Amino acid sequence: MHPAPSVIIFTTFSGLGFGLLAWLGLGFPDVSGGTAFAFFFIAYALAVGGLLASTFHLGNRKNAIYAFSQWRTSWLSREGIASVMTLLVFAPYALSLIFADTALPFLGYLGSILALITVFTTSMIYTQLKTIPRWNMPLNPVLFLLYALSGGALMAGEAKVAGVLILLLTLLQVAAWKMGDDRLSSTGTDKGTATGLGSIGTVRMLESAHTARNYILDEMVHIIGRKHAQKLRMIAGILIGALPAAILLLTPAGHVTSFVALACHILGVIVGRWLFFAEAEHVVGMYYSRD
Amino acid sequence: MTALPASTDKKLGLVIDLDTCVGCHGCVTSCKGWNTENYGVPLSDMDAYGADPSGTFLNRVFSYEVQPADKPAQTVHFPKSCLHCEDAPCVTVCPTGASYKRTEDGIVLVNEDRCIGCGLCAWACPYGARELDQAAGVMKKCTLCVDRIYNENLEEVDRVPSCVRTCPAGARHFGDLGDPDSDVSKLVAERGGFDLMPEQGTKPVNKYLPPRPKDTMETAGIPDLKPVATEAKGFLGWLDKALEKL
Repeated sequence: MHPAPSVIIFTTFSGLGFGLLAWLGLGFPDVSGGTAFAFFFIAYALAVGGLLASTFHLGNRKNAIYAFSQWRTSWLSREGIASVMTLLVFAPYALSLIFADTALPFLGYLGSILALITVFTTSMIYTQLKTIPRWNMPLNPVLFLLYALSGGALMAGEAKVAGVLILLLTLLQVAAWKMGDDRLSSTGTDKGTATGLGSIGTVRMLESAHTARNYILDEMVHIIGRKHAQKLRMIAGILIGALPAAILLLTPAGHVTSFVALACHILGVIVGRWLFFAEAEHVVGMYYSRD
Repeated sequence: MTALPASTDKKLGLVIDLDTCVGCHGCVTSCKGWNTENYGVPLSDMDAYGADPSGTFLNRVFSYEVQPADKPAQTVHFPKSCLHCEDAPCVTVCPTGASYKRTEDGIVLVNEDRCIGCGLCAWACPYGARELDQAAGVMKKCTLCVDRIYNENLEEVDRVPSCVRTCPAGARHFGDLGDPDSDVSKLVAERGGFDLMPEQGTKPVNKYLPPRPKDTMETAGIPDLKPVATEAKGFLGWLDKALEKL
């Protein structure tokens, strides 16, 4: 899949934003007044900024309001609704902490649950796609939730909790990379089933249907950059997890160490999300494969 | 609504004969022509006269070579467009309700006045049947020429999809695949029509007819050619040897 900057930014930063909101709703850190303003400003900026970034890959934004209508069947629609509900529920919670020094725990808990539901719906937009076997596995939503929770804990200043979560996240991410490598072949889809000609013999593309590129190739048959995938996985694994976890768990907690760990982590998540898209093979590629 | 109908009254679709298709791309051109002037926004081209032209098409023809284990390879021309699946994954993922499957005839359509151009339906389609128009920013797909097949202003012979009407080889057939007594259903039964990527669980309505088995040519009687000269002679032979020794 084409690793478009808009979707990488969207999944990375809205995930972090909703992750931070989930912790803030539970009272971690226990903030009020100006500090609360700072925390909620960052969380809202990340969540809303990410969501806005996602609209940049829309071809026809003027119909965006209809995207809230199909929650019965569409994960994308559910995500839109869940994200708006989360942001709305947190607004009175944040305002009451900032201006009245009063926590409204019920709203906080509700908001935290909604924030995690939002992240889950985001993950399901990708996980639901049978056409992209690498995404179509139960570990995918678990990872999205762990990314949000560990990044959120890191920003909430819960250094030790974040360290443990990040360690777990890194192990699962490495497992997901390994499992993902076998997904396409395990579906049984190949050029034979794609063309239905496999029962006659080995299928090879003689001529593509078009000499120029098209939307399908640009969007779904991204193969550039896969040759460095192993190196990028190593880099992502170190930045997402190994380095921040070591900093968080082995050094005394402090603003500087947390900031370094967070910077590493975010950079790693961006590399990881680039890989998430770039490595994902869409079965339509079978029609174009020259192998 | 993007919920799929439990069943449709008819299952209109195409039957494509891979034995007959000659790969002329006539259906591609006639599809582009009809659909750029009729249902929905035009099928735009980008940089049409420049160095890197591209455009939106609803139907495309690939060519494959199939190599059986013990016979000569054969070429198969392979037209591909929307298969109007019964379990169309492109419909249920749509967040706006722009994509829908009609209860009356099973045609999968896009309401462009609702489409936000998110592209998720194209991601969900295993067949690459949907293309986002780069000028209008809305999703385009085969409509089964919904504006022809019921159009009483056209001669009856023209009330079939444009690709079917155009095909000079008679490789494309249109009809109700939900009716076991229809011509297309009989054709599918007789020729062993198959689904593309059945493992994706989309239950395509469109069917493909396999190429008929090829004649086996008598090849045993032809002896292998033997080299007519193994040793080079004359001046060139001397030159060859002299150069070899260098």
